[in-house]
Amino acid sequence: MTDQLDRMIAAAKAGRMSRRDFVGRTTALGVSAGLASALFTKAAHAQPKKGGLIRMGMQGGESTNSLDPALAASPVPFAINMSWGEMLVNVGADGALQMRLAEEVSANSDATEWQFKIRQGVEFQNGKTVTAEDVVATLRRHTDEKSQSGALGIVQGISEMSASGDMVTLKLASGNADLPFLLADYHLVIQPNGGVDNPTEGVGAGPYKVVVHEPGIRHGFEKFANYWDPEIGHADQVEILVINDGTARTGALQSGQVHMINRVDPKIAELLKRAPGVQVKNVPSRGHYVFIMHCDKAPFDNNDLRMALKLSVNRQEMVDKILGGLGSIGNDFPINAGYPLFDDTIPQREFDPAAAADHYAKSGHDGSPIVLRVAAGAFPGAVEAAQLFQQSANAAGIPLEIQREPDDGYWSNVWNVEPFCASYWGGRPVQDQMYSTAYLSTADWNDTRFKNAKFDELLLAARAELNDETRKATYSEMARMVRDEGGLILPMFNDFVEAIRDEVQGWEEDPVHELMNGRAHVRCWLA
Amino acid sequence: MHPVLTLVVQRVALGLLLLLAVSAVIFLGVAALPGDTAQAILGQSATPQALANLRAEMGLDQPPLTRYFQWLGGVLTGDLGTSISNGTDIASAIGQRLGNTLFLAAWAAVISVPLAILLGLVAARYNGRWPDKLISGATLSAISLPEFVVGYLVLYFLAVKWQLFPSVAMVFPGMGMMDRLNAVILPVIVLVLVVLAHMMRMTRAAILNVMQSAYIETAELKGLSPMQVIWRHAFPNAIAPVVNVVMLNLAYLVVGVVVVEVVFVYPGMGQYLVDHVAKRDLPVVQAVGLIFAAVYIGLNILADVISILANPRLRHPK
Amino acid sequence: MRIPISALIGMVFTGAFFLAAIFAPLVAPYGMAEIVGGVWDPASSAHWFGTDAIGRDLLSRMIYGGQTTIFVASAATILSFTLGSVLGFSAAVAGGWVDQGLSRMVDLMMAIPSLILALVILSVLPVTLTVLIVVMGLLDATRVFRLARAVAVDITVMDYVEAARLRGEGWAWIIFREILPNALSPLVAELGLRFIFAVLFISTLSFLGLGVQPPLADWGGIVKENASGLVYGIPAALIPAFAIAALAISVNLVADWVLSRTTSLKGGRG
Repeated sequence: MTDQLDRMIAAAKAGRMSRRDFVGRTTALGVSAGLASALFTKAAHAQPKKGGLIRMGMQGGESTNSLDPALAASPVPFAINMSWGEMLVNVGADGALQMRLAEEVSANSDATEWQFKIRQGVEFQNGKTVTAEDVVATLRRHTDEKSQSGALGIVQGISEMSASGDMVTLKLASGNADLPFLLADYHLVIQPNGGVDNPTEGVGAGPYKVVVHEPGIRHGFEKFANYWDPEIGHADQVEILVINDGTARTGALQSGQVHMINRVDPKIAELLKRAPGVQVKNVPSRGHYVFIMHCDKAPFDNNDLRMALKLSVNRQEMVDKILGGLGSIGNDFPINAGYPLFDDTIPQREFDPAAAADHYAKSGHDGSPIVLRVAAGAFPGAVEAAQLFQQSANAAGIPLEIQREPDDGYWSNVWNVEPFCASYWGGRPVQDQMYSTAYLSTADWNDTRFKNAKFDELLLAARAELNDETRKATYSEMARMVRDEGGLILPMFNDFVEAIRDEVQGWEEDPVHELMNGRAHVRCWLA
Repeated sequence: MHPVLTLVVQRVALGLLLLLAVSAVIFLGVAALPGDTAQAILGQSATPQALANLRAEMGLDQPPLTRYFQWLGGVLTGDLGTSISNGTDIASAIGQRLGNTLFLAAWAAVISVPLAILLGLVAARYNGRWPDKLISGATLSAISLPEFVVGYLVLYFLAVKWQLFPSVAMVFPGMGMMDRLNAVILPVIVLVLVVLAHMMRMTRAAILNVMQSAYIETAELKGLSPMQVIWRHAFPNAIAPVVNVVMLNLAYLVVGVVVVEVVFVYPGMGQYLVDHVAKRDLPVVQAVGLIFAAVYIGLNILADVISILANPRLRHPK
Repeated sequence: MRIPISALIGMVFTGAFFLAAIFAPLVAPYGMAEIVGGVWDPASSAHWFGTDAIGRDLLSRMIYGGQTTIFVASAATILSFTLGSVLGFSAAVAGGWVDQGLSRMVDLMMAIPSLILALVILSVLPVTLTVLIVVMGLLDATRVFRLARAVAVDITVMDYVEAARLRGEGWAWIIFREILPNALSPLVAELGLRFIFAVLFISTLSFLGLGVQPPLADWGGIVKENASGLVYGIPAALIPAFAIAALAISVNLVADWVLSRTTSLKGGRG
């Protein structure tokens, strides 16, 4: 057994085995899961090698990107901000909170008042020391609507913020047990004086300094000598190349021009695995590809019609063909096993053309084609998924017509406007945030127009609830409501599919966000 | 004034007038596009408040004609405005990318133009025999494959499979000339393949056209070798159409390379324009459109002027 | 009249492509959108070309795709020719301000790169077959206009046109009875080339994601659907690319032959 264990530890060290695989196989040898996980962490983190230049080829950068963290919305700005910036807290790969610029977090009993103790002696790249005032100024800037911050919705709930000494105190209008998780949002990079003077300066307390900033082309960084945490930031230099074309991206990886790439087309994952010197990594995520119907617009205001469409999706076929098997089937509510307090006893909805036909007949729809709008940019493979949907719906006798829209303007003219279209949702750290963002009656992004007073009540009750069992039961009830009455058709949860070269070490699965939560270049090193 | 000079001046003046008209068409056309710039910039994860703020900030409330004249005034003083989506100065952002595009186009032109003319001459010399058929067949195949397919095939074989050249044509300031050349080899190859056929076929056709003239027969009867006849008598008289098609292709090298830039991740103007069309960054689309039009019109004027100067009848009026 | 072997080959292939397109529903073994297998199944006796990215029979999609490609390219070419040559001839015959006005307008349109113009227009308009054809036809008409005008200007100074004018014939007579027959052969050669550029243009548009509505697809669209497999030699990406090339070469061979019987020059790509 020790031989096998040694071999597996060696494999883990070389980055050839994921945490999931490692824990699975070692527990089969009789090692406890906790010990296995610890062993993996030790193995994977064995002697990081310092120095070198790590290059990432990434999709999702535009020549319109800026260094203002408030405006970050796509993968490249995200990864850039994780290079030069540091957060108050992070959400770790295991879903637990990690302390970064905050050393300690505490709350009062009803979670309406939170205190963060700021780590002492940490320097910004301009030589200034990080203070509690900087943290408050940062949060305050994001609450200002003029900042156009993507985190506005998160920080709005903070009614009062103050700094004294090394303590930051935040008071909330209503209790929220999840606040620290929300503050791990990638927009909330702590900037000197909150970045008020110059939001696009690109100066923070992160491991790397910005050297080159050519939006849409490349971003270069060099190690910040006074960085506080020796555990990350191994390479001397880091470079992010923007390569939006998928074929060019895999080409760059295979020819050795970059060390890691994001968003490998799942269809070619198998083919890419055969290439020498390259490893494909797929990480289960909370992101989901969806078709959304407006519950308040004809013909989708009829629950039988909605149910007919939900039953006429062949979920397994979509996972197999659109995700190349690298994903899992969905159950028409936006939560999966990646979330805390997930109820796995909710029955799985299956492809059932007969039942779909029944519901369709019961809905009394006049038989005119139901128009599904889609754009290639809605999610990878969206147009193909729509065509699969059209075929399986045909099998149930439901006439579906596909209308492809240009990518350009899709999110402003189609999504959240047209009654039936394809869309994509990234995950959120906690269930509360997912439901509050898109399923609360009053939410701006209620893109299914699901308005249910009972549901809203349950959501608010769960937020204030401190007992996990009760909370879980409430979330389960809410999930069933969305699943059976909502306008969401959720056929699949996608994996993050990424690829790295063999010389990259220290790779870990991180389900929170792609490329190890946007920090692969900061956490990995080169052999 | 010498009549040739008059013609040249006339042609240039006409070109400038055309450019002015194009600028109006571009500005007003682009301004009339529907769609919401603010939503396009902030993407799906924008909050309504953030959207409202951004819209107010951009101040697109003045009438289009007023904005056109303000814009035109700015352009004439070298101020192309500010990008809506990332707040950078357009002139400086474009400067570097225009340089990259011209660098790529220049190398493609330096290789393809002499090669095309040479192949055209050879094909004309051996009209109907095997060198002609070989050259015509090869260029025909090159012109018949869509550009992106040529791009991907070149990428796969030369970069991924045999690893001869880098697949990503990344260039940046401070890069050495040799590194730069190495980086752009693949896109240059694709561009040469794309424009070569058209110029070569045109050269061949123009020469064969001239070859039917009486003075060629005279030259042949004089006892000149076929290549001498072509080079000394036919080619000078075929310059006008050849120059025209060369200019057309040079313009294509500058303004039509979007696909090649996408495939090889080259930081040029085409990519820049496509990004900003997607973000509805109107000032950038207007500025780039104007530059492209200026390049096209400028090359056309140049072609006309060269044709005028190359025409002996115009050079030596009776 | 002897037809050279290359032109003959071109005609046979062009004919085959057009016939397959016209009789697509009879020729194709499966439905265009029908899912019959797995992702990128290799070629077999049931699926001669294998299957595509979501398991549709590639041969059937190629045949239906050819129908779309050829139909759109033909329609756009016919539109651009009718419009371009009628206006071009009119400009040449009328001369004066009509000629100046039309020529300058065409200069104006040509000064804006057509691919970029098409990108901007198609990113705004809903992409339907009609819109696609009209956009491509209008953009191409400018180039036909130039050629038609140039050819017609040479012809209008001929004695027989002068004679017709003196007889008091109208514009229509001069254009259709005097100029058209004499300008036909360079125009036919140009027609072939324009058709090819239309095929390449619609392929490029589809590649950039602005083609016809799914599940319909033209050949460029089929390349795009399977593009990620291109560099791994997946036939579903290569076959449509080579079909585009084969069609273009065939038409080119015919056009070359027509052109070799005239000495007039052709217009350009772009």
